[in-house]
Amino acid sequence: MLKSLKTSLAISLLIASAGPAFSEGLGLGRTATIDEVSAWDIDVRPDGMGLPEGSGTVIEGEEVFAERCAACHGDFGEGVDRWPVLSGGQGSLTDERPVKTIGSYWPYLSTVYDYINRAMPFGESQSLTPDEIYGITAYLLYMNDVVTDEEFELSKANFTSIRLPNEDNFFFDPRPDTPIFKATDPCMSDCKPEVTITSRARVLDVTPDEDDGGAGSID
Amino acid sequence: MSDQKHHQASGTSDQHVSAGSEASKGPSRRSFLRAGAASSLAMGAGLLAGNKAAATGDPAILELQDWNQYLGEGVDARPYGTPSPFEEHVVRRNVSWLTADPISSVNFTPLHDLDGIITPSGLCFERHHSGIAEVDPAQHRLMIHGMVDKPLVFTMEDLKRFPRENHAYFLECAANSGMEWRGAQLNGCQFTHGMVHNIMYTGVRLSHLLAEAGVKPKGSWLLAEGADSSTMTRSIPLEKALDDCIVAFAMNGEALRPEQGYPVRLVVPGWEGNMWVKWLRRLEIGDAPWQHREETSKYTDLMADGRARRFTWVMDAKSVITNPSPQAPLMHDKGQTVLTGLAWSGRGTIDRVDVSLDGGRSWHAARIDGPSLNKSLHRFYFDFNWDGKPLLLQSRAIDSTGYIQPTKSALRSVRGENSIYHNNGIQTWHVKGPGEVENVEVS
Ligand code: HEC
Repeated sequence: MLKSLKTSLAISLLIASAGPAFSEGLGLGRTATIDEVSAWDIDVRPDGMGLPEGSGTVIEGEEVFAERCAACHGDFGEGVDRWPVLSGGQGSLTDERPVKTIGSYWPYLSTVYDYINRAMPFGESQSLTPDEIYGITAYLLYMNDVVTDEEFELSKANFTSIRLPNEDNFFFDPRPDTPIFKATDPCMSDCKPEVTITSRARVLDVTPDEDDGGAGSID
Repeated sequence: MSDQKHHQASGTSDQHVSAGSEASKGPSRRSFLRAGAASSLAMGAGLLAGNKAAATGDPAILELQDWNQYLGEGVDARPYGTPSPFEEHVVRRNVSWLTADPISSVNFTPLHDLDGIITPSGLCFERHHSGIAEVDPAQHRLMIHGMVDKPLVFTMEDLKRFPRENHAYFLECAANSGMEWRGAQLNGCQFTHGMVHNIMYTGVRLSHLLAEAGVKPKGSWLLAEGADSSTMTRSIPLEKALDDCIVAFAMNGEALRPEQGYPVRLVVPGWEGNMWVKWLRRLEIGDAPWQHREETSKYTDLMADGRARRFTWVMDAKSVITNPSPQAPLMHDKGQTVLTGLAWSGRGTIDRVDVSLDGGRSWHAARIDGPSLNKSLHRFYFDFNWDGKPLLLQSRAIDSTGYIQPTKSALRSVRGENSIYHNNGIQTWHVKGPGEVENVEVS
């Protein structure tokens, strides 16, 4: 992808200064340079598109993780306080309180590389080298029992051969999934026999300003 | 705008008769109570009346107020106006236990303090993942690349040279009402429904920008990326991008607020707010979704069987009564009462809103007032004569596709309680009497 992008860029750079006819557009903006595109084009896809050259082992990753990540995510990815949990939770997705982690929930490994590269460490994003990110990703695979060998090395070459266990459990949005009333009007009177209160906010009482002690997550 | 509709008031005509005097007395009667009623009344009247016989009446009328007598500030005092100090309680609020810290967090629009359909810019709920990026517009660029004929870079000046459009659209976070899946939890529509706002955007069509770069025939997806330190990304199908997405630089007539993505954000009408990338800096065309963190780990809906829905983009029809509600109980006794709320749908306009006073046993058509715009908030009212007895208030919206807002139990029966996102179930408020409303669920 990057290669073909470079080819098409080279061509478009050649014709860029000509100035487009009106039928081709409004002539606004300028052509991006190859260096500009590669400076910002950091995204990685499940098919490996966007992965840079590099590699890192579980053990190398553990070191970087301890230094750059563990303060929030815990030494083993278990999460400190309410910072996100990154490992464990396998088999919990049908529980009352599911634990959604890289190992238990995430469908693709490329997301781990992409997200750490673009957003972590929190407050100092885009400060890790490709080798460091490959190593951290290998370490997180190890902490989630996807790989079991401490010597395991993750690289651009073997990256797409690794599959996460929950990949097949995602399916496309089937909504609308509740009854649609197009032809028939909804019920207007005597819609149910009697009405009783089945749940009250008072019972949990976690509204701010009253009690700050609830538990939950928005996302 | 062509899709405006007018809705007739119904179910209210027989209730107007007895109520008029109570309603007109409302505000002054309240200030009476606040001022300490009868004794202060007599005193105020006495001071003012001097020798004459003591006047009786409202001190707000009988006494001279400061603003009746003295000069106010001049035109230089408030170059950018702010609300009256008497409105200082009208603010966005945070629920601190929701997130680990306030940098990657959310606050909520005070819906119970607002009216009409447009959300004031400073009260629009905020959700950001790395704090508010303070972007210098002179240093901001928007890049389009990937499967295009010509990768392009635009400055803000360039963007403003495309033909502009104005549209009012609601933005709702997919996690709005997400804390209520397991039962009534938060006392206030600000917290249960406040991750929504409605803005008049000015911007340019994304399709115009893409045409300028020339999308290659195999391009079918678009990755939108922000310039903040979370470098937020979402994959958007090209069909939607070309249909109605807007690259917006103004809200409610002025530049975007930093909290809303200044200097430029993506507008994805009717779809979940997370896709409306703020501080928009990059658009890449590709032939497959990127499966990034915000569309895999987050914004996927876990079902009871452990499987998960993905790409749940559209926001289903929803409504909520904003007054009365737990933070805004009825402050008067029985008599003429205004019930109001908001309704919206990511699939079009709202055709109709019904209101129930008895927990869903019987329903009355509410009156939609103000413009009925595509994928925008709608304001509804139900004016009735309250008998002073407890009420179980509900509202149910029906959109222009015929979709009817479901009950919470109907939603749970298809989705379980772990999906976090897309809870558009019917809300119940228990009005216990004057001064008290609670968030409840009913059978
Ligand atoms: C200062 C605390 C902090 C540090 C240090 C930190 N993170 Fe994070 N991490 C967060 C927060 C907060 C989030 C959630 C951000 C959000 O949702 O907007 C997060 C999210 C994540 C996620 C996604 C979790 C999920 O379930 O979606 C991963 C993966 C991650 N961090 C990895 C790392 C790695 C690897 C490092 C070290 C290089 C690191 N983090 C360092 C605070 C931290």
